[in-house]
Amino acid sequence: MTQATSQPGLVLDDVTITLHSAPLLTIERTIPPGDIVTVMGPSGVGKSTLLDYICGTLAPVFDARGTVSVAGRRIDHLPPQQRDIGILFQDDLLFPHLSVGANLAFAIKPSIKPRAKRRAMVEEALDAAGLAGFMDRDPATLSGGQRARVSVMRVLLSDPKALLLDEPFSKLDAALRQQFRAFVFELTKARHLPVLMVTHDADDAASAGGAVIELQPSSTGAQPG
Amino acid sequence: MVPNTVIQATPGSALRLIPVITLALMLGPVFAGLVGTILPAFGYLPALGGGQFGLAIFQELLAVPGLGRSVWLSLFTGVTATIVSFLLVVLFCAAWYGTTWFRWLERLLSPLLSAPHVAVAIGFAFLIAPSGWVMRVFSPGLTGYTQPPDITIIHDPYGVSLMLGLILKEVPFLLLMTIAALGQVDARRTQRVALSLGYGRMMAWLTGVLPQIYPQIRLPILAVLAFSLSVVDVALVLAPTTPPPLAVQLLRWMNDADLSLRFLASAGAVLQLGLVVLAILLWLVGERIIAAIATLIVTSGWRFQGDASARVMVLITVVIMVSAVFLGVLGMAIWSFAGFWRFPMALPDQLVLRNWMRLGADLWSIIGLTALVASLASAFAVVLSVLCLENEAQQLWRHRRGGRLPQPKPWRPPIMWLLYLPLLVPQVAFLFGVQVLLILLALDGQFMSLVWAHLVFVLPYVFLSLGDAYRRFDDRYIRTSLCLGRGPVITWLVIKLPMLLRPILIAMAVGFAVSIGLFLPTILIGGGRFDTLTTEAVALSAGGDRRQIGVFTQLQLILPLLAFSVAMALPALLFRHRRGVQV
Repeated sequence: MTQATSQPGLVLDDVTITLHSAPLLTIERTIPPGDIVTVMGPSGVGKSTLLDYICGTLAPVFDARGTVSVAGRRIDHLPPQQRDIGILFQDDLLFPHLSVGANLAFAIKPSIKPRAKRRAMVEEALDAAGLAGFMDRDPATLSGGQRARVSVMRVLLSDPKALLLDEPFSKLDAALRQQFRAFVFELTKARHLPVLMVTHDADDAASAGGAVIELQPSSTGAQPG
Repeated sequence: MVPNTVIQATPGSALRLIPVITLALMLGPVFAGLVGTILPAFGYLPALGGGQFGLAIFQELLAVPGLGRSVWLSLFTGVTATIVSFLLVVLFCAAWYGTTWFRWLERLLSPLLSAPHVAVAIGFAFLIAPSGWVMRVFSPGLTGYTQPPDITIIHDPYGVSLMLGLILKEVPFLLLMTIAALGQVDARRTQRVALSLGYGRMMAWLTGVLPQIYPQIRLPILAVLAFSLSVVDVALVLAPTTPPPLAVQLLRWMNDADLSLRFLASAGAVLQLGLVVLAILLWLVGERIIAAIATLIVTSGWRFQGDASARVMVLITVVIMVSAVFLGVLGMAIWSFAGFWRFPMALPDQLVLRNWMRLGADLWSIIGLTALVASLASAFAVVLSVLCLENEAQQLWRHRRGGRLPQPKPWRPPIMWLLYLPLLVPQVAFLFGVQVLLILLALDGQFMSLVWAHLVFVLPYVFLSLGDAYRRFDDRYIRTSLCLGRGPVITWLVIKLPMLLRPILIAMAVGFAVSIGLFLPTILIGGGRFDTLTTEAVALSAGGDRRQIGVFTQLQLILPLLAFSVAMALPALLFRHRRGVQV
């Protein structure tokens, strides 16, 4: 339990999640910075539950055991907002009542000051996403692909130490999907982020290029190579 | 092992107290009031010299001349109005659900619902009175009348006009509740399946859809039943007067200068409560019987394919009803601006502002008080409802399972019956007891007592109005915000509440409209010290000054309308560049 805290990357040490004392999944894995690990498995196997546990939003109806560390810091006892774990869902979930710029600024830590610097960071992020000048736009007026890119820039601006992807490409059409996937992976690799991706799509796993974990239904030790 | 006390390390523990506080605020007066009503009924009210338990007062009550007639009138009008309202709603949905006509009525629902009962009743009374609009249109041409005929139409001895007046208001309410229930079942496809089996449109809906939604509209129906059986304000406008329905008789005794009549009023209130309980039991038994008969019909395979004329008849009835409401209201609007308006003329000779001007400052203070009570009651109700719903959301989350794991049955706190309780217990039965208790505590006639009394009736509607939108909120927005590093309180204030601004304001407007329409709580708990638009309108309706009545009924309609306009305009303005918010 203790040696994990000195390792970089995202470390899941003997994580076991049970529901009503029935084991749901067990996972033991270290994801080094810049690596993308893919979790696959049939519906209902608890992939999203695992992500919930890592980012601290697991419902109390579950029992979870094992430690989670990121960048050498143990986080599984912290509330979600202190964990430095970013997550992307299959919907972009841009806050509809905030402008594109405000969505991005919302993610920048309050300790970063002054305003001008925050604004510069937002502009830089928009530039990187090919959305220069979109600062004051209504998110509802953006295309699906543009919104998806904003949501990635938003999570990156929160300066996470690891990124979780919950089927983030599944709602995009085929052409967009490939392009967007490349965009995300390029960014996470450039920033040396450990990434844990849940997906149903073998293409996602292939283009991630990392290890693939197959979760089995109610198995007691899902730890393949 | 790390305890999963993560998200709920929010203000969750304090939140858990809110439902308890809310229920206490809402149901405390109901139960305390019932005690305060029942004890004097059995002779116990030391303050007025009653210290002897016994049935003497009930014997006295039963000896009151005309009591039997009053009881019969209440039962007959209340039950009939409920049955007819229910049938109309069900038949209309069966005949026209999913059509343009249905959507047309759906759009008219909001104005129909926000109009207070009394305003609709007064407008209806003007429409059908001997000197009313209908008579004017046909006179003297068809009828030959040049003077209003001396016949009884409103206040008719059988309570027909009372029943019609009630039905005009109950149909929109039941229709709203039915539409809400329809949203929760797959009504379209169920109907389509039955249609494809060769069933007529109406039978398809009645056999396929109605049984699915009935459990969800049962409580609203019972609330309508309880209301119709014990209504006071509409009855004062439309019901027979000698003897009046029981609830009106009770109010007379309660307001009588002879304090000994209060005992009689208490006993009568217990009788009124008994009537409502009896009617509810009868309804529940009737449900079973009808369900059994319906099963026979359904399994007989009767398809009622030739339902075209039945459908048209239902439509005509509903169109006439809706027109009656709007025409009645329009008639009173014209009265409020009417100069000289002789009998057979359909329109006044000239329109003037005089009727509005001559009330001057008095009018403003009545408007101010009405709006103040309504604003406070609805604001409290919204705050309590939001906190209750947030607590519910957090409790629900505790039971939530991830992604596509098999979900447990959607967990709902068993609060529906509790919410509806203030609407099921007849107002007159518990408000009188509350009044007695307030007098004992020297809190009668206090402004805050009045606001509290309004809150009791406003809360259920506000909660029901807000519930759906609040529960439908996508909690991935919350998780996204938390994982972006923002705490739960900021997330709630900056993300969740603004995104729910529109439904929150609409719920507040609903509460505002309910408060504007409240008559009995204002009279009884306000101790006659507070004049609102509704109490004034009812008081004036006894006299014949239609111009004055017109002014007050117009204001009764305008205030809720303003509240709804603000509730829609404010978010539209704030989020005018945010198309995604309205979803």
